[in-house]
Amino acid sequence: MQKLQTGKRPLSFYVLSAFFGLFVLFLYGPMSAIYILSFQGPSGGLTFPMRGWSLHWFDALFSQQRTGDFAGAFTRSMILAAMVLLLTVAVSVVAGLAFRRRFVGAAFVFYLAVASLIMPGLLVGLGVGLTFQTLGIQTRWFASALGAQLTWTLPFGMLIMFAVFSRFNRAYEEAARDLGATNWQIFLWVVLPILFPGMIAVALFGFTLSYDEFPRTLLTSGATNTLPMEIWGMTTNVTSPALYALGTVTTLVSFIAITLALGSIAIIQWRRSRRPPGITTHSTKEQE
Amino acid sequence: MNPEDRRTAQRGSIELAGVTKRFGETAAVRNIDLKIPGGCYCCLLGPSGCGKTTILRMIAGHESPTEGAVLIDGENVVDKPPVERGTAMMFQSYALFPHLSCMDNVAFNLKMRGMGKDERRARALEMLDRVRMKSFADRLPAQLSGGQQQRIALARSLITNPRVLLLDEPLSALDEFLRLQMRGELRHIQAEFGITFIHVTHTQMEAVALADMVVVMDQGQIEQAASARDVYDRPRTGYVAHFMGGQNVLAGVVTGRQTGTVTVASGTKNITITAPAPAPALGTQFEVAVRRDRVHLSRAPSQAADPGVNAVSGRVSGIEYQGTWLKISVEDACSEGFVANVPDDKFFADPLKIGDPVIARWDAEQLHYLVARSGKRSAASAAASGSSTVAAAG
Repeated sequence: MQKLQTGKRPLSFYVLSAFFGLFVLFLYGPMSAIYILSFQGPSGGLTFPMRGWSLHWFDALFSQQRTGDFAGAFTRSMILAAMVLLLTVAVSVVAGLAFRRRFVGAAFVFYLAVASLIMPGLLVGLGVGLTFQTLGIQTRWFASALGAQLTWTLPFGMLIMFAVFSRFNRAYEEAARDLGATNWQIFLWVVLPILFPGMIAVALFGFTLSYDEFPRTLLTSGATNTLPMEIWGMTTNVTSPALYALGTVTTLVSFIAITLALGSIAIIQWRRSRRPPGITTHSTKEQE
Repeated sequence: MNPEDRRTAQRGSIELAGVTKRFGETAAVRNIDLKIPGGCYCCLLGPSGCGKTTILRMIAGHESPTEGAVLIDGENVVDKPPVERGTAMMFQSYALFPHLSCMDNVAFNLKMRGMGKDERRARALEMLDRVRMKSFADRLPAQLSGGQQQRIALARSLITNPRVLLLDEPLSALDEFLRLQMRGELRHIQAEFGITFIHVTHTQMEAVALADMVVVMDQGQIEQAASARDVYDRPRTGYVAHFMGGQNVLAGVVTGRQTGTVTVASGTKNITITAPAPAPALGTQFEVAVRRDRVHLSRAPSQAADPGVNAVSGRVSGIEYQGTWLKISVEDACSEGFVANVPDDKFFADPLKIGDPVIARWDAEQLHYLVARSGKRSAASAAASGSSTVAAAG
């Protein structure tokens, strides 16, 4: 009797593999179709077959008359995402510093902030929109929509920053103080650089969450659209592959943002941990 | 300030006067008085939680005393930040800044003081050279071994030109081989720079090997502050004797006084010992220490035999070969375990076996009278020091 049969796998392996295969197909299949169809020839339609290959529909994207104000919406979304990114990073770092002090009511403030994660986004947007209306202030993408998006990105940023701070060794700050650094110098030259990879992670979240935010922005962006709303509008009235070209471009932007963020974190971590060849951990090389 | 405190010739003398530190309800350090002369290598020694690190941090300025004063060169520094005290601290895990090269780590203090890049880098290189790490200037801390990291940490502290260097368990992160090597290097650097070193450790032999002055602590108080030899050879209390190891502590209540001797009830045995002058009163707690290597073992005719003055009787319960000597444990000799260190040639001339009845005898001049305390604490500490006695006796 063989105890372990090599090469033969149980039935469950094949069932689960098939399930995973379906999942991958479901996740990437439709998206791949969109990416491929965005390269339709000028006479092509919204469905397969491909009638030649071209960049015609990418070109069409940027001509406002045909497809709506794509360029404007894209610019607004990028500026808004950048503002959200900066504010989320700044507030998360400061909140992380504050929450290390275990101040009175810290738990209450924490739950108050995190609660906005579970509130329906549409209602948050509706509330912000109503408030602006009541106060007689016009809703704008760079004001009311910015605020509405921050209710979504800040709790994420804070949670990440808390995790980063929980691993932060206070001995670094004490060592810096011991070496004559003022509180501000400690923050600038020791705390910030050590936190930097964590801040990039927060920035990535802030950017991507803002860039494709829809429910909170819908009722707060005022007279002009952000990109997700522009896409939403196009799905109802644009009947050309320009819609797909838009999908391809936005995916590319997200992809570049993620690559930049993860890449820079990886480079920093690698720089801090790499051991050049010839260095051994062992003690025998200690002399000289 | 008391002008007497300024007598010490070298800079970096430290005085703690009535220092107490409470964290909430618990007192980590209780009413401590301690004087450390300038230029001294001082070890604060004790088990974890004894308050030694708290004292170090109070001298460094990372903790302020609840009561009392910390004086450096006669000046109270309690309200001063670390940098104005002339102290520098080396942290347990070194706390080297992971994002800065060795050179920039060492130059950190100079940068904070606003020194220009070229000058501070030149000074940092000079200091790196003194700790023989110049060729590692561009490395990041994570690229160094433990011993190399320690040298960088030393250089980073020393560049502040401190009067006092405070070291928190500096050797605990290193493996055994490196620990011995870096131990020698610390002593060497202390001599070279001629400043006061205060070194916190829980390892007896580290303290004895390094220090001019050993401060043995327990439960927030100082048990003994003296030279390494005195602390090892002439422990003040049973606790110090137990903690340093290498000693047998005989403790009990005085039940009889004869001419020149006293009888002490210890465990099930009555032990007769040469009495100090003046002799202790009947009924008082009496404690005495005898070094393990100053005990002579001989076979007893029977277990019931009266061992006589300055001797105990018992059975051999353990034999450990240590190379040049053997550690012989004797049970049923007194209230605590009794150990004799016997030279190998003497032992093998007539080897004892486990269970053999023996008499352990010592000369009157080998007796060391201890300051007796309530027996409870000595007993508790006996267990803690048991494991370290072999190393301590060597």
